[in-house]
Amino acid sequence: NHGKPRLVRFYQRFPEEIQQQIVRETFHLVLKRDDNICNFLEGGSLIGGSDYKLIYRHYATLYFVFCVDSSESELGILDLIQVFVETLDKCFENVCELDLIFHMDKVHYILQEVVMGGMVLETNMNEIVAQIEAQNRLEKSEGGLSAAPARAVSAVKNINLPEIPRNINIGDLNIKVPNLSQFV
Amino acid sequence: MALKMVKGSIDRMFDKNLQDLVRGIRNHKEDEAKYISQCIDEIKQELKQDSIAVKANAVCKLTYLQMLGYDISWAAFNIIEVMSASKFTFKRIGYLAASQCFHEGTDVIMLTTNQIRKDLSSPSQYDTGVALTGLSCFVTPDLARDLANDIMTLMSHTKPYIRKKAVLIMYKVFLKYPESLRPAFPRLKEKLEDPDPGVQSAAVNVICELARRNPKNYLSLAPLFFKLMTSSTNNWVLIKIIKLFGALTPLEPRLGKKLIEPLTNLIHSTSAMSLLYECVNTVIAVLISLSSGMPNHSASIQLCVQKLRILIEDSDQNLKYLGLLAMSKILRTHPKSVQAHKDLVLQCLDDKDESIRLRALDLLYGMVSKKNLVEIVKKLMSHVDKAEGTTYRDELLTKIIDICSQCNYQHITNFQWYISVLVELTRLEGTRHGHLIAAQMLDVAIRVKAIRKFAVSQMSALLDRAHLVASSTQRNGICEVLYAAAWICGEFSEHLQEPQQTLEAMLRPKVTTLPGHIQAVYVQNVVKLYAAILQQREQAAEPEAAQDVTQLMVERLPQFVQSADLEVQERASCILQLVKHIQKLQAKDVPVAEEVSALFAGELNPVAPKAQKKVPVPEGLDLDAWINEPPSDSESEDEKPKAIFHEEEQRHGKPRQPEADEEELARRREARKQEQANNPFYIKSSPSPQKRYQDLPGVEHIPVVQIDLSVPLKVPGMPVSDQYVKLEEERRHRQRLEKDRKKKKKKDKERKGKPRRRGSLHTESDEDIAPAQQVDIVTEEMPENALPSDEDDKDPNDPYRALDIDLDRPLADSEKLPVQKHRNADTSKSPEKEDVPVKERKIKKPKKKEKKHKEKEREKKKGKEEKVGEDLDFWLSTTPLSAVPPAPEEPGANAVIAAAQEEGEEARREEPGDEEEEDEDERDPEKKPSKHKKKKHKKEKEERSKDKKKPKKKKSASDGAAEPVENGALDEDPLPPMSSYCLLAENSYIKMTYDIQGSLQKDSQVTVSVVLENQSNSFLKNMELSVLDSLNTKLARPEGSSVHDGVPVPFQLPPGVSNEAQFVFTIRSIVTAQKLKGTLSFIAKDDEGSTHEKLDFQLHFSCTSYLVTTPCYSDAFAKLLESGDLSMSSIKVDGISMSFQNLLAKICFHHHFSVVERVDSCASMYSRSIQGHHVCLLVKKGDKSVSVDGKCSDAALLGSLLEELKATLAQC
Repeated sequence: NHGKPRLVRFYQRFPEEIQQQIVRETFHLVLKRDDNICNFLEGGSLIGGSDYKLIYRHYATLYFVFCVDSSESELGILDLIQVFVETLDKCFENVCELDLIFHMDKVHYILQEVVMGGMVLETNMNEIVAQIEAQNRLEKSEGGLSAAPARAVSAVKNINLPEIPRNINIGDLNIKVPNLSQFV
Repeated sequence: MALKMVKGSIDRMFDKNLQDLVRGIRNHKEDEAKYISQCIDEIKQELKQDSIAVKANAVCKLTYLQMLGYDISWAAFNIIEVMSASKFTFKRIGYLAASQCFHEGTDVIMLTTNQIRKDLSSPSQYDTGVALTGLSCFVTPDLARDLANDIMTLMSHTKPYIRKKAVLIMYKVFLKYPESLRPAFPRLKEKLEDPDPGVQSAAVNVICELARRNPKNYLSLAPLFFKLMTSSTNNWVLIKIIKLFGALTPLEPRLGKKLIEPLTNLIHSTSAMSLLYECVNTVIAVLISLSSGMPNHSASIQLCVQKLRILIEDSDQNLKYLGLLAMSKILRTHPKSVQAHKDLVLQCLDDKDESIRLRALDLLYGMVSKKNLVEIVKKLMSHVDKAEGTTYRDELLTKIIDICSQCNYQHITNFQWYISVLVELTRLEGTRHGHLIAAQMLDVAIRVKAIRKFAVSQMSALLDRAHLVASSTQRNGICEVLYAAAWICGEFSEHLQEPQQTLEAMLRPKVTTLPGHIQAVYVQNVVKLYAAILQQREQAAEPEAAQDVTQLMVERLPQFVQSADLEVQERASCILQLVKHIQKLQAKDVPVAEEVSALFAGELNPVAPKAQKKVPVPEGLDLDAWINEPPSDSESEDEKPKAIFHEEEQRHGKPRQPEADEEELARRREARKQEQANNPFYIKSSPSPQKRYQDLPGVEHIPVVQIDLSVPLKVPGMPVSDQYVKLEEERRHRQRLEKDRKKKKKKDKERKGKPRRRGSLHTESDEDIAPAQQVDIVTEEMPENALPSDEDDKDPNDPYRALDIDLDRPLADSEKLPVQKHRNADTSKSPEKEDVPVKERKIKKPKKKEKKHKEKEREKKKGKEEKVGEDLDFWLSTTPLSAVPPAPEEPGANAVIAAAQEEGEEARREEPGDEEEEDEDERDPEKKPSKHKKKKHKKEKEERSKDKKKPKKKKSASDGAAEPVENGALDEDPLPPMSSYCLLAENSYIKMTYDIQGSLQKDSQVTVSVVLENQSNSFLKNMELSVLDSLNTKLARPEGSSVHDGVPVPFQLPPGVSNEAQFVFTIRSIVTAQKLKGTLSFIAKDDEGSTHEKLDFQLHFSCTSYLVTTPCYSDAFAKLLESGDLSMSSIKVDGISMSFQNLLAKICFHHHFSVVERVDSCASMYSRSIQGHHVCLLVKKGDKSVSVDGKCSDAALLGSLLEELKATLAQC
């Protein structure tokens, strides 16, 4: 539990250092909370103003944290996190933290189908999954011949590496600031 | 070629991909930074290669590194390269990277405009989608302006996937480019009823966001949302809508009334907690907005509170938290109903979750009353003791103080209790809020006269307590309390029982470890004490004792003189000298006490914090005026240093004379007192409040408990507030008994007439509890005629302010989204901008016509405005159950008539040569001043935007070498004057001209504007227009009238005057032209008498009148042509001598087309019918002939249009 972010998505411009700082502080805030207390945190000084709330969910070693303002329904966002996680699960077939670690780009694409520019785009899981799969198919068809060798090589590399780290206790932070951008 | 490919992939084998990078980083935990910098070097190498695949891979890795906090803005250009890759795989990577690291400051972002536009119009929906997603993250004002039109087009894309993204991104565009809001809004509104739920929810989302910031502009959408709310089953959408209503209700109480019922239904029926919660929230908002004058909503409140109680009692902490949150909202307006749940809230205080405890604390703040204050504070105090973690404890502390001090201490009945609570709080370790406690102590001591004696005794005890002082340096904060203690003891030293002891306490050597400002207060108040003691001693004729005290002072003061703090040092040395002088006088046996205490005579009055601000500026005093003319720059430079020096000299020139004899000091003091007495701003607090209180009959009987002061004094280390609780209870009990006794007495007296009631009811309401002290809460001073505060706390820099745009106003042409490469749209119809004159029109057109034009424009606008207003009113006044808004026609007609009426009035007032400014002033009916202001504001903005646009366009013209020739109206020969009004009918009395206008918002309506001009010397009145409806076209008549009735013209015409009336017609099919016969009947009245006259006419609805000028972007135009679902037809007209330029202008003007593109003597034009048919024209000019090829989604319509076009062209 070192607070390594697995995926960070800001919808409002912050310089990189500030981003890191926000991630760190959020992690500390979230970490010290027990599981049996409520999942909302008032943002306070962290990301500007009391209008913002941190809403998080804890899954095994991962925290999914959304930062939203008062135009979002708190419980709605909790549901949204659930939708997002279930979508991940469907897209990766039994998602585990390693999937997220090694396929950050894919996770991003999935998130893009759920939240766009800081606003909730789609909440219907089947719809999201369908779009993701369609895009993956498109990618595959484009890849065609030329991508095949690369994949093969990558497979070889995996085999060559003596051990893929099994222990995934290290990190677990996953911050998104969906609605920030709307409300500068 | 093949070889190259193979080589490429072999190269790539040795590149790291993202997974390798992640793995590598994980394997290099110790020297992560080094490893990453090595990777970045590799990436830089990769970016230099030609292969787009390699680049994409590199960019992908960079995206990961960005997340780890590495700045990758240096690669921005490479990212754009990857974005422009043709393959979706790479494009997606590029856009992802861009969305992560691009921002408004990225300079290369402007390079992306064309790429994004290309992607937006890509045939693959995923290319478009990925571009939209990316754009949503880094849209800039420039991008927003340039791409707004493309995105608008995408809003009606065939794929819902694209539609929803386009709708959502519009919000971002609005934020960056507010001018786009009005043109885009109608379409956005359409999307609320999109068949696809995703699109619908996106539209709801966007409008909710917009409305949250500027709710009043969106009130007119309420009926639509209401319909959605009652029909939708998508919880997500429902939540959004309900939230939106929450924002709207404060503006329109009638809306609230309407909402209550469906919301309560939802509350009862829904199983989704989130929806339930939002419903409750909005019901609360409704209730708040209704709270004035609507007493019978207690049922709803009860329901809300009940549901919230269920939430709070739930084991899910989230629900508990939200329940408390919502509860606090109810509390603000209906504290009574929440107070019933005190038990629950107190229970939540024990919760292990800090967030919940804090929320519960907030609630408590509103729940206290005179009755339960003591109890609640006691509870809180016990929490303070238990609380771990200083932040929470500090929070508790501030809450206690807040709770007690709220509303001018209205809940406190016993200030002795409060003081002891404060004293207890000082025992807290390491709190940050010492100054808060101190402020409270001072405040209470100053404002509650009766408590001073007690306060002083407590404070002296506090000063005595060495342990507080001892460790004060570690406990920053709490020592602030000593500041208050010292001051109170000094200022009210007459109440001290053992001043000598306190004096000694304050002169202890340990005091010097306190912060400077506290020491300073100590020094000052030591003297006050000293003066009091002197007086005592002298009165008691104990000169020895008095000298002892002086001796003590002389001995102890030097420790302060050595202080490092300037303030302390200064005061101390000053006072030391004073005391030495006194010592001398005492040695001569001169009585000094009188004079010394005169130093501190006079009383301090509390002054309200805002009092200074509220002092009105005396008449004739201009604070901004220069007293002396400011010296010129060169002078001032020389002057300045001198001036400073001079000032300093002055300061030195007045040497401090600590030895100054007391007489002098006393005299000054006297003088100042005198001055104060004469100064109107030093009003002593009026004694009236407590006096009046005492004068009330019966109040004198309230027993004032004699509290034994020795008790708290002797055990200063123990919590004492509990004792007061007991005492307070006793007191109340006694009071009650007394009351009963009194009541009985009274009743005995009154027994004659009245039947005896049941004994004594021990209902202890707030009113029954009289305060223990005759508390005189001295009201804070305010200067008379203080101005009411009207602080405007709106932040002018708020980006959302820009979106405060009146959406009900119809679009002006000038507001259309800027469309690149063509701009003829502007030349066709007069924009309503008198402010930005179009040159030729101004010059060529006769004044009158122009005015007419303006009038028409204005009227239309007004009509529209009213229509919306009335729609809403109508909707709001209907019974709550009918969710469907009324049929659109009737109110429309009414509105038009109403508008015309106003117009008539206005016309009567108007002078023939009237100025534009006057027009503008009259434009807004006075009834809505807010709207007026807004409009003004907007107009300015428009102007600005217009200004902005112009240079931009010019630039693009000069840049775009590839672009076709611009067909701006500014260059060539000016156009002949044109009017769209054509003659309807004419006789000796009256002349009628008319014009027909459609709008894209109403697909089956056109507005016919008829200008009636009185050509006779008679006065024309009772004008009535009757039209023989056809199956296809009908006149919209006022409600309740039959098809044969006429529509009255809402004005009369004096001789020589003309005015315009508007009539709305509904049309079923627009593909063929129509003619309607009609009659205008009127009474002509002149000197000889009045005659009934009529005039027959034939209204010609050409197909052209169903077209609405719509700009079209050339790409979209091309796509439209390629789509293949348009039918085609063409005409050719010979013998045309007019220049092509003017020809086009004529088509644009008379047939409502806009030029899409013009190349030499060939132009493509576009228009749209009110029912959404696309009409495309290709106009080619030969030697003496013009050929027109038309394409349209409806063949019949095209045929009719071309016929009409032919007729127009033949005249050229």
